[in-house]
Amino acid sequence: MSTKAHTGHGDGGHDDHGHDSGHPESTFKGYMTGFVLSVILTAIPFWLVMSGTLGSNQATAVAILIIGAVQIVVHMIYFLHMTPSSEGGWTLMALIFTVVMVVITLTGSLWVMYHLNTNMMPMDPSQLP
Amino acid sequence: MTAITAGASAARAGAAKEEPVFYVADEHEHADGGSTLLGFWLYLMSDCLVFAVLFATYGVLGGSFAAGPSPKDLFDLPLVALNTSMLLFSSITYGFAVLEMQKNRVQPMLMWLVITGLFGAAFLGIELYEFTHMILEGATPQRSAFLSSFFTLVGTHGLHVTFGIIWMITLITQVRMFGLTDANKRRLLCLSMFWHFLDVVWIGVFTFVYLMGVLR
Repeated sequence: MSTKAHTGHGDGGHDDHGHDSGHPESTFKGYMTGFVLSVILTAIPFWLVMSGTLGSNQATAVAILIIGAVQIVVHMIYFLHMTPSSEGGWTLMALIFTVVMVVITLTGSLWVMYHLNTNMMPMDPSQLP
Repeated sequence: MTAITAGASAARAGAAKEEPVFYVADEHEHADGGSTLLGFWLYLMSDCLVFAVLFATYGVLGGSFAAGPSPKDLFDLPLVALNTSMLLFSSITYGFAVLEMQKNRVQPMLMWLVITGLFGAAFLGIELYEFTHMILEGATPQRSAFLSSFFTLVGTHGLHVTFGIIWMITLITQVRMFGLTDANKRRLLCLSMFWHFLDVVWIGVFTFVYLMGVLR
C-alpha cells in the first residue's frame, strides 16, 4: 500500500513541478520494514562466519557476499527511497551508471591483479645475475 | 549599383538575425533548490566511486601480510558486530527524525537528530578504540600492504562519519535558530541521504573486509 502511495506521489510531483519535485514521502512502516530486514540480514552473515555452520570457507564467503548485496538493495529501497520515478528517473540512471563503473573497477582490478600474481615467475635470489 | 549593394547588405543583416541560438532563450521557472537533491545524489555516486577504488585496492593488497599480522589475528568480530549495530541504529533514528520533520515538529526532530549523532559518535569511538588497539599491538599502517589498504579504506569511511556528525551539529544549530524552513528541510534530506549512504558503504566494509578477512 505504501509503495503504491510512493509511486503515485512521484508521478504527481513530476506533473505539478512542485516544491518537493517527486521526492517520495517517508513512512514509519517503510523505515521499520527496512530496519527489521537490515537487522536480520546483518545478523545472518555474522552468525555464519562466527559459528562456521556452512563448513567450507568458500560457501560461507559466497553466502555472505550475496546477503550483503541483498542488504544494500534493502537500504536503497527503504532508507534512500530509490524508486524508478524519483527525480524523473535520473537518480536511478545515475545509480545504474555508478554500479556499472563499480563492478568494472572491482572485478577488473581483482581479475587482472590475480592473474598478474599467479603468472609471475617466483624468483629466488640465487637465480639473479 | 549602390541600391544592389544596400540590398545585399540588408539581406546579410537579415541572415545574421536568423543565426541559430544554441541555448534555451526563455528558461522556465525552477523552484528554489528544486535540483539540490538530485545534485547531492550525483555527489554521492561520485563518492561511491572513491570507495569502489579503495575497495579494489584492499581486494588486491588484502592478502599481502609481509609476514605481519593477518585479519584473523587482528579482527574482533563481536566488536565489529557492536559497531555495525551502532550505525544501523543511527540509520533508523535518522529515519524517525525525517518523519518528525515531515510533520513539522521541531523538538522531537531535534531529539532524534541528537540521538543519531550520539550513535554516530559511539560508532566512531569504537572504531578509534579498535584502531589504537591495533596500532599498540604493532599493526600500524606501515606494517604491511594489507594494513595500509585496511586503514585507508576504513579510515576514509570513518572520516565521512566524522564529517556527517559535524554537519549534523551544524544543522541542529541552524534548525534551533531559524526553525524548519524550506532550506533547512532540504539540508536535512541531503544529510539523510549522506548518512544512509555511509551505512550502505559500511555493509560493504563489514562483509568484504572484516567477515571475508576472517575467512581468508
